[in-house]
Amino acid sequence: MNINTTKIISLLFFIFSAFYLYTAYQIQVFAFDENAPFNARTFPIYLGYTGLFFSGLKLILPDPDTIKIEHKNLEYKKTGILIIIAIIYGATILKIGYFLTTSLFLFTSYYFLGERRWILMFLLSFPFVAAFMYLLHGVLDIYLRDPFLKSIGVMG
Amino acid sequence: MIEGILIGLNTALTFQNIFMVMIGCFFGTIIGMLPGLGPMTAIALMIPITYGFDPATGLILMAGVYYGAVFGGSTSSILLNAPGVPGTVATSFDGYPMAQQGKAGKALAIAAWSSFAGGTLSAIYLLFMAPSLSKVSLSFRSPDYFALMILGLTAIAAFSSKGQFLKAMMMVVLGLMLASVGQDSLSDITRFTFNNMNLTDGISFVLVVMATFAMSEALTIILKRNDPTAAAKQVSLTELGSIKIDKEERGKMYKTIPRSSIIGFLIGVLPGAGATIASFLAYGMERNLVKDEEKEKFGKGSVNGLSAPETANNAACSGSFVPMLTLGIPGSGTTAVMLGALLGFGIQPGPRLYMTNPEIFWSVIMSMYIGMVVLLILNLPLIPYIARILAVPKNYLIPLILFFSITGIYVMSFNNFDIYLMIGIAVVATFLRLYDFPMPPLILAFVLGGLMEENLRRSLLLSNGSWEFLWDRTLTLCILTTTILIVVWHIYKTVFKKRF
Repeated sequence: MNINTTKIISLLFFIFSAFYLYTAYQIQVFAFDENAPFNARTFPIYLGYTGLFFSGLKLILPDPDTIKIEHKNLEYKKTGILIIIAIIYGATILKIGYFLTTSLFLFTSYYFLGERRWILMFLLSFPFVAAFMYLLHGVLDIYLRDPFLKSIGVMG
Repeated sequence: MIEGILIGLNTALTFQNIFMVMIGCFFGTIIGMLPGLGPMTAIALMIPITYGFDPATGLILMAGVYYGAVFGGSTSSILLNAPGVPGTVATSFDGYPMAQQGKAGKALAIAAWSSFAGGTLSAIYLLFMAPSLSKVSLSFRSPDYFALMILGLTAIAAFSSKGQFLKAMMMVVLGLMLASVGQDSLSDITRFTFNNMNLTDGISFVLVVMATFAMSEALTIILKRNDPTAAAKQVSLTELGSIKIDKEERGKMYKTIPRSSIIGFLIGVLPGAGATIASFLAYGMERNLVKDEEKEKFGKGSVNGLSAPETANNAACSGSFVPMLTLGIPGSGTTAVMLGALLGFGIQPGPRLYMTNPEIFWSVIMSMYIGMVVLLILNLPLIPYIARILAVPKNYLIPLILFFSITGIYVMSFNNFDIYLMIGIAVVATFLRLYDFPMPPLILAFVLGGLMEENLRRSLLLSNGSWEFLWDRTLTLCILTTTILIVVWHIYKTVFKKRF
């Protein structure tokens, strides 16, 4: 059997399905539902077995279309940085507020992707977010929590 | 009926109502383009405004918003691979690759014409078949719905070319597993939440679709930026905005539109089925009907592949009005909101609506058609400008896609956890996409998961745990037989080519 990344993903999916199935059996159902034709764990149990079946098949059957990826051509560093910036954005959006965090997220993302036209970077972050925020909050009446703007008295 | 049509036309063609359709289409398109804000939100936002008008005008405004939002959703699917609503997911399969090839204007024009044609044909079906179809839709029982869901999932066969059948099936199972997270709909027992309160309500559709499509697409573009084999190339600005559809492409659309409109309308009539299943089924059916040469183009920018789901989802939108107007049963979430608005006007939809309020019944049907015309007139000239979104340099476009995705989730839940979950799913999806694991089957399964479980539950409870319900009713048996034939045919072809 030829071991390639697709097979490893299939193996991981097989293990995941086994874990899902184990967890499905652990779902607590009401006593009167225990022997019912259908309860909260019935569908997940079928799903767990189906997952094992298909990933097992993928594992044991030959894979004629082996995908080869040239890892040296992939931009792992920039992608990683972008993901970290997004995580920081997610972590701060509620505490600091929508306007400042979103603007900073956009500005830093442009920077790390190699952009250096500062005026354009600024225009497409702070004023852009302000306009978008006005559309959501002011026009469509969708509430956006913003402690920062509240603290400086811009938002009520 | 002629008298009814004339009453409808008379009501719909007043200056005020035409103006309302135009306003509705315009705002609907803008709202529909924003991630997380689909037709349902757009209509809900309009309800307070409609109470200032008479019922017919209010409904006409909502119908305009509805169609506008559906078209807006298609626009973001095609340009950014960010379908905001389930009904436009299938549009992105070929619309986005076409836009990446520098044919964004053409893709939007095909979508607009297909939507128009789908809507026009379904308005005609609606005129003649609404009363009789409402009776047919009532004859569907849980086993039939369950079989229909299975048939919907066989649409994954459309994505399983090049030996991807098992990968597609694994993605289907993963989608169903994700859909099973959260409270069980009947017993309220929590499943797979691991005592995390944020998962009690399950994972939202917008989160999964944004993570697996928009966000993972953005990450993939960055990841493959220096890859010489990457498909993303600088697109030509002159071609980008061209909306010219050539003779060959028109020929393809002439064949696709009639059959997709029929399937879209019929699926739309069934309560609960809606535009999503219709668009996926139309896409799958189209792929099976075209020649082998065209089949190879599916997923890479096929005209048939774009036209079919666009026609079907608009036809399904019209179809979903049948159970709402004739039976008082909303066929989709959006028509449920409209039903609420109707009740707010003091109108009770049902079989007697023709008699008691013919001007409302017929003016809504007529305004749907007028809405289609207005949408086409308004949006076609704007396409060259809308398409230029793709000319935005990647350094700006990628962060903006991430921003729209995260904002879409943030305005729905105001919760950090959902943002982390979305990033996590996006990272896994990016990795899976690198190894050709298709995402559309995952999304389809995620959408259908809850409905499938619900209908399987009812069927098994009604048959005392026996699986005989699968062949007890002729309709169920017919749907399942079709499903089996499709799967067997596909496996036969796969085995014949010695590919798994």
